[in-house]
Amino acid sequence: MEDSRNTSGFLRDHNYSTEADIISTVEFNPSGELLATGDKGGRVVVFQREQESKNQPHRRGEYNVYSTFQSHEPEFDYLKSLEIEEKINKIRWLPQQNAAYFLLSTNDKTVKLWKISERDKRPEGYNLKDEDGRVRDPATITTLRVPVLQPMDLMVEASARRVFCNAHAYHINSISINSDGQTFMSTDDLRINLWNLEVTDSSFNMVDMKPVNMEDLTEVITNAEFHPQHCNTFAYSSSKGSIRLCDMRDAALCDKHSKFFEEPEDPSNRSFFSEIISSISDVKFSHSGRYLMTRDYLTVKVWDLNMESKPLETYQVHDYLRGKLCSLYENDCIFDKFECVWNGSDSVIMTGSYNNFFRMFDRNTKRDVTLEASRENSKPRAVLKPRRVCVGGKRRKDEISVDSLDFSKKILHTGWHPSENIIAVAATNNLYIFQDKIN
Amino acid sequence: MDVTAEAKQIMVQALGKMYSSRSQRGGLRLHRSLLLTLVMKSARDIYHSARLMSEKSGQSVTEESTSHTQEPMDTSSSTATPLRETSGQSSEDGQRSGLEGHPHPLNPAADKENCSPSRPDRHSRKRRSKTATDSDFIPCKKAKLECAEVRGVLQNSSANCGRALDSLSLVPMPRTIVTF
Repeated sequence: MEDSRNTSGFLRDHNYSTEADIISTVEFNPSGELLATGDKGGRVVVFQREQESKNQPHRRGEYNVYSTFQSHEPEFDYLKSLEIEEKINKIRWLPQQNAAYFLLSTNDKTVKLWKISERDKRPEGYNLKDEDGRVRDPATITTLRVPVLQPMDLMVEASARRVFCNAHAYHINSISINSDGQTFMSTDDLRINLWNLEVTDSSFNMVDMKPVNMEDLTEVITNAEFHPQHCNTFAYSSSKGSIRLCDMRDAALCDKHSKFFEEPEDPSNRSFFSEIISSISDVKFSHSGRYLMTRDYLTVKVWDLNMESKPLETYQVHDYLRGKLCSLYENDCIFDKFECVWNGSDSVIMTGSYNNFFRMFDRNTKRDVTLEASRENSKPRAVLKPRRVCVGGKRRKDEISVDSLDFSKKILHTGWHPSENIIAVAATNNLYIFQDKIN
Repeated sequence: MDVTAEAKQIMVQALGKMYSSRSQRGGLRLHRSLLLTLVMKSARDIYHSARLMSEKSGQSVTEESTSHTQEPMDTSSSTATPLRETSGQSSEDGQRSGLEGHPHPLNPAADKENCSPSRPDRHSRKRRSKTATDSDFIPCKKAKLECAEVRGVLQNSSANCGRALDSLSLVPMPRTIVTF
């Protein structure tokens, strides 16, 4: 079905997992040439796809480490006596405008704009200092020369160009770059703020869900994203399972939504945990801008922007967990926030599950597949074998029973190349990159 | 009594999770606290309605077991008062759980000891200040203990101790527990 190549591309290839190495976000850049990952330790690792070369066809399109930098450090909020985690919650790439690459990375409180640029030349032949940088004695200088740029080993530098801070009282869960290329928004549990990429000392509040009395709080914002084409439109999801579409032209404060998407709850499915499992953990516009995809604990839903009453399509990710919600609540897994992604043509959607499984749903053929990201199953050039979970009754030979699933191995973050069938799957502290090879 | 036992277990776990999240790195997560509150509320509703059902059917055995369970139940926030009722108030209790709160019409004197101090606006169901519902409110003690631990950590660290300590004593925990 699908060729795969395992590129566990982290610098530290540990067998034991240190918590700082746990990947917390994965994002391809708009061209797909770069892939960024953020981890719990506040680091960002950027991979670059190798140029295809005739000399080494088998290494065509492999991703290798391009740059690593410490994006965020742990901080202490003295006023609230709280530690601010350095974990990178989201990374978003800016569209490329010149030779340098720009990305936004955020932790719970601060968004940073990073510039990643290459340096492959350096000036040599200074008059006032020698090659080691030591200052020359002016008395020894008898001639003047013009420094020339000489080639050097490629160096990739990352520098923080902007720091957007002090705008969020609650924890930032998402950032989204506007199609206008000039603004972006950052979202916490209760507020969405709009920034200009050039201005760090002020931001505009667009949505404020904080009630006058916090005891009246019933709903928080879980995610927000700008429409891919319409720079005036954005959507945000809530813990109640609804999505609101807002038009920034209506008013400065977008508390009133222009569209409200919510599916009425199925009363037969009601349980103690109905509120938890209906909370939306991710929302993504399709590349076309016509559809919205949402992920809650057990399903992925595709919504047509023109139909607010119910989703266009609903896909069961791991419905066999519905009967296990009590145990999943006990071990905290029920609070896991899974993300979801579209492929380039919006025909296939992908999301993660437990036991290092991830699922793909083909919207056209209605076929779905479960695959596993693990070292044992992913030797280079191996074909990934579909996995099956046995939901009851007799377990077949290659099936795995629900009770044997490893809930500590969860795939929360995945990425899909913007135009090709290349996917990045983060399994705790390992990154897997799979490619579809057409020979 | 599977449902009530499950409901009680869920409530106890929710409380445990909320307390452990206080000491988590990064501070209290609003979303998680809200979800836990909602779960507790669901479980509490189901617990009360299940108890009401069983009490209406007049099973004395059930009453015995639920009165024993009132100890951990007292740790929940705004239902502290209804749960402390004597068993003679059982039907009142059941009604109260389903409606907005109102003062007991029957023998208020007997319950004065267990009731919170004068509650003229009981029907508003807003959670009172911590001091009003304190007494042997177990969570409060634990919170203070944690504050003291944190204070100890702050004193030991080289951080900006003076101001941090001041603000620590004044910092209220975000009140995300939703009353109904």
